[in-house]
Amino acid sequence: MEETIAQFGTQWFGAAWPSLWLVIWTLVKIVAIVAPLLLAVAYLTYFERKVIGFMQVRMGPNRVGPLGLLQPIADGLKLLFKEIIFPSWADKKVFVIAPMLAFAPALAVWAVVPFNDALVLANIDASLLYILAISSMSVYGVVLAGWSSNSKYAFLGAMRAAAQIVSYEIAMGFALIVVLMISGSLNLTDIVHAQQKGWFADRGLAFLSWNWLPLLPLFVVYFVSGVAETNRAPFDVAEGESEIVAGFHVDYSGMAFAVFFLAEYTEMILVAVLTSLLFLGGWSAPFGGLPDSAWWLVGKTCFMLFFFLWFRATFPRYRYDHIMRLGWKVFIPLTVVWIFVVGIWMLSPWNIWK
Amino acid sequence: MPEFRNFTINFGPQHPAAHGVLRMILELDGEVIKHADPHIGLLHRGTEKLIETRVWAQSLPYMDRLDYVSMMCNEHAYCLAVEKLLGIKVPERALYIRVMLDEVTRILNHLLWVGCHGLDVGAMSMVLYTFREREDLMDVYEAVSGARMHAAYYRIGGVYRDLPDRMPQYAPSPWKNAATLKVVNENRQGSLLDFLEDFTERFPKYHSDYHTLLTDNRIWKQRLVGIGTVSPERALQLGFTGAMLRGSGIEWDLRKKQPYAVYDQVDFDVPIGVNGDSYDRYLVRMEEMLQANRIIRQCIDWLRKNPGPVMSDDYKFAPPPHETVKSNMEALIHHFKYFSEGFQVPEGEAYAAIEHPKGEFGIYAISDGANKPYRLKIRAPGFAHLAAMDEMARGHMLADVVTIIGSQDVVFGEIDR
Repeated sequence: MEETIAQFGTQWFGAAWPSLWLVIWTLVKIVAIVAPLLLAVAYLTYFERKVIGFMQVRMGPNRVGPLGLLQPIADGLKLLFKEIIFPSWADKKVFVIAPMLAFAPALAVWAVVPFNDALVLANIDASLLYILAISSMSVYGVVLAGWSSNSKYAFLGAMRAAAQIVSYEIAMGFALIVVLMISGSLNLTDIVHAQQKGWFADRGLAFLSWNWLPLLPLFVVYFVSGVAETNRAPFDVAEGESEIVAGFHVDYSGMAFAVFFLAEYTEMILVAVLTSLLFLGGWSAPFGGLPDSAWWLVGKTCFMLFFFLWFRATFPRYRYDHIMRLGWKVFIPLTVVWIFVVGIWMLSPWNIWK
Repeated sequence: MPEFRNFTINFGPQHPAAHGVLRMILELDGEVIKHADPHIGLLHRGTEKLIETRVWAQSLPYMDRLDYVSMMCNEHAYCLAVEKLLGIKVPERALYIRVMLDEVTRILNHLLWVGCHGLDVGAMSMVLYTFREREDLMDVYEAVSGARMHAAYYRIGGVYRDLPDRMPQYAPSPWKNAATLKVVNENRQGSLLDFLEDFTERFPKYHSDYHTLLTDNRIWKQRLVGIGTVSPERALQLGFTGAMLRGSGIEWDLRKKQPYAVYDQVDFDVPIGVNGDSYDRYLVRMEEMLQANRIIRQCIDWLRKNPGPVMSDDYKFAPPPHETVKSNMEALIHHFKYFSEGFQVPEGEAYAAIEHPKGEFGIYAISDGANKPYRLKIRAPGFAHLAAMDEMARGHMLADVVTIIGSQDVVFGEIDR
């Protein structure tokens, strides 16, 4: 269907304004990604409340619509109609820009995320590098929000967030280096393709050929760093409500506040998708004989997202210095050592990634 | 030369971890606490002064509102002090009822504490699990007194009435169909004692769930071990009592050292800590819940076997049975005197303390022979604990202050009075 529309457009517009069609076609594709994404974000909040509710022996939302399914919509509407209050002596311009700065990178990263062999907005060669570059931009939103609010709690939250996100970026980056070493590519589609072959894949057990097994420590490091990057429990010190009330967004209200949450949940989905792509074989079917499909990717993403919620329901919050210690003294040495281990493995006769 | 100043923040009184209305001025160097200055008094209601204007029996409900998470224990201390002044004898059944409900209260308090402590440290599920169990015990409160929190059930000379023979059941409603009703009413078929016994059988299982969720959790231990350490000597100097003192390794429990009511007839152990840090206090309180459970079971046994009066029959100091008021002249006079003028308490002073869930809760009453107290001093355990806040928090980080507040188990009703 996608090709039909493309051909149709090229025929109609192509002759007169080829570049105009390109713009329109790209915009259509952006909407086709962002609209389901925002819907997924809305229903991730519903899913979270239901799952945590179940774990905490309570109901979760069940009043708005059947089974409470309209709750995210109601929440969104409520926040839309609320006033955005500016604290006195806040830096108004920065105060307004900060939520956008948090949300925009979270959306921009999706440009290079492939959903199956063909379905990707921009199939660029260095997509992994692009993801690293853009996703680390989101810390600016948090830091500027904390700074511009003119509140001491927000300020502390911003300081914590800055230190934490920057530290975990390193561990995350090192984990990704190993992935690109064994895949020989920075392109996400190629990384998934590289996971589809191997000794187990030839014998119909494709899920054992995926990166998670040979790179198990890195899989864990990457995912935990991802949780830390998104400021989710147990690493939610930047907004730790029992210590610094709500951290960087303590003075935000209405839609400006909601945008921070949109950014957080978009990033959660992003981390889950990337984990699936990099370590769980993306859209590849787990067993030989089953067709590869984007639905596998959706399933794996939901599985990883469930962990986010599970962590939140069970773990106490880390203390700020323990997070730093975990990042710098455990994860970074571990990933560095694993780079060498995999490097030597690849040079040895037992290299499995030839 | 630039001048560096410490970062001062206002922690509370509107703060999710302020446990009510604690206001603290924290002086921070980065995130490290240089000085913690608790400001109290935001919940001051002048209880001690109010009590001076009421007849003795009327002041009892004020006790519920002191430490509003361990209501009946407060009442117990007040009753003990006044009974000491009057020198009246309380029926043994009433004493057993008091001990049983004191221990119910201890579990109530510690459940709230472990839930909120978990919430403060970030384990948000704890509070929902503990409130599920609290709901059952609240129902016990409601069954005996009619109120879920401010029971006003103990009386000078006994308790208000005997335990109910029938446990109230859930009524049908649009939210509870027949099947749900059957499940929720299943353990409410018998008397209050049956319901409570059923709870004591279920409770150890819940308790081990809490241990599974928290005790060996690495993050929980990182957050609690070595935080707010108090040496045994220092704990004594600071006037610590209760779990705060036992956490530091000093075996001091008024239920053992100065037994009141019938604590010398029930069998229980007193857990003590070793290191005096937040984690040891956590373990001490967790174990106290199991011991309280044990005491409740013994009381249930005794109460089943020994029916009897629950109120003193000295009608100078206790209201006469309501039926007799209609037919008996003397009873009518007693009734009128008791509920209007009250009773005169002999001149003198008395101090009675109980092992409250938070520590030693004492009532020091002075009577000048009138029907109202001349002066009544309330010794709130939390006050001494909170006073040590600066010492306990200094050198720790901002997040640890929250742990320490949780570990002190402060409630502002009693601190501000």
